[in-house]
Amino acid sequence: MEIKVLGSGCAKCKHLLQMVEFSVKELALDANVIYVTDMISIAMSGIMNTPGLMINGKIVSTGRVPRLEEIKEMLLKG
Amino acid sequence: MDLSTILNWLNDQLLRMVWLDNLVKWFFSEVIGIHSDTLAYSALTFFFYDVIKIFILLSVLIYISSYIQSYFTVEKTRKILSKVKGIPANIVGSLLGTITPFCSCSSIPIFIGFTKAGLPIGVTFSFLISSPLVDLASVVLLASIFGWKIALLYVLVGIILAVIGGTLITLFKMEKYVESFVYQQINGSVEESVMLTKKDRRRYSLDQLTDILKRVWKYVLIGVGIGALIHGYIPASFIEAVLGKNNPFSVVIATIVGIPMYADIFGTLPIAEALVLKGVGLGTVLAFMMAVTALSLPSLILLKKVVKTKLLVVFVSIVTVGIIIIGYLFNFITPLMGI
Repeated sequence: MEIKVLGSGCAKCKHLLQMVEFSVKELALDANVIYVTDMISIAMSGIMNTPGLMINGKIVSTGRVPRLEEIKEMLLKG
Repeated sequence: MDLSTILNWLNDQLLRMVWLDNLVKWFFSEVIGIHSDTLAYSALTFFFYDVIKIFILLSVLIYISSYIQSYFTVEKTRKILSKVKGIPANIVGSLLGTITPFCSCSSIPIFIGFTKAGLPIGVTFSFLISSPLVDLASVVLLASIFGWKIALLYVLVGIILAVIGGTLITLFKMEKYVESFVYQQINGSVEESVMLTKKDRRRYSLDQLTDILKRVWKYVLIGVGIGALIHGYIPASFIEAVLGKNNPFSVVIATIVGIPMYADIFGTLPIAEALVLKGVGLGTVLAFMMAVTALSLPSLILLKKVVKTKLLVVFVSIVTVGIIIIGYLFNFITPLMGI
C-alpha cells in the first residue's frame, strides 16, 4: 500500500510522519511511506490544511495529528 | 458599585493587566533601583510589561480560539461557501475567514482547494484578506491596548475591506489570470468525516497553542523590542514629523512601509501601542498594522505560484488603497468620537 504524509515541513507534519513510520513498523505492514513537502503538490492532492495523511490515494486526515491508535486503525482499514 | 464599574475593573485587571504594569514598575524602581524619569526605565518597563502581558493573553486566547476553530475546519468552510452566491458569499467568506484556522503558509492550499471546488475567486480573496487581518486573539489584544470601541471598529472595517476587495475581484472577471494547472482534476478527493471527541478538541487546541507560540514568539519579542525603543529613545518630535497628524502623507507612508514586512499581528501590536503613545494618529497606526498583516512579501511570493502577475497586482492595489482609506477615515473619526 501507498501512504503519503503531506506537510510543508512544520513540526506537526514531522511528528505525524514519525508516528506513521512507527505504526507501519509495529503493524508489520508492507507499505511505502512518502513524505510530500511541495506546497503545490500538497494542494493539488486536495489537502487544504496540513498535516495531511493519504492512504492509497484517499485522504484520511487533514489539519491535525491523529492519535496513534487512530493512525493504526486508518492503516489497517486502508 | 454599578455594572459598568465592575466591567471596567475586570477590563483593567484581566485585559490591560494594570496590576502587572504596577508590578513591573515597582520592580524596576524599587528592586533594581532605576530612576523613574530615565529613558531606560520607560523602555524596560514597557518591554517587560508588554512581553509578559502578550504571552499570558496569547496562551489563553489561542487555546480558546483553537477550541472554537476545531468546529470550523477549512473543509467545512468550503462546504458552507459553496451554498452561497453573489455578494452574500463574499460576506460569509470574510466572516468565516475570521474564525477558520489560518497561517500565511496555508494560503496556497486554500486558494487551490476553494477554486477547484468551483468557488468564485472573489470569494476566495475575501476569505484570504480577512483571515490574517481579523481573528479572536488579535481583537482581544487590540482591546487590551486601545479599548473595545477601537477593537470592534477594527473588526468592522477589516470585514468591509475583505468584502469589497473580493467583490471587486469578481467584478473585474479575473478568473483567466489564475494559473491553468489549478483547474486540473484532483487525484484523491474523499474527505474525512471523523467525529472529534471533546478530548480530541482539547488536544488539538493544545497542539495549536504550542505550534503558534513556537511560530510567533520571536516576532513578539522583536515587536515589543522595537516598541520599547520607540517608547524610550526615539524623540517624539521625529515621529511626529514623519507619522504625525500634521503630515498629510502619514497614512500612506505607514502603509507602504508595512506592506513588505512579514510579521505576525501579535508582533505589530506593541509597535502600534508605542506609536500611539507618542502621539501618532490611530488611523495611521492601524493602517501600518493592517498593511503588515494583510500583505507581506513571503505570502505574495507564494500566491504568485498560483495566480498571474496581473491578478496579483490588482489584489495588492485594492488592499493597499483600502487600507489607506481606512487609515484616513480612522484619523478623521476617532477624535470626533473622543477616543
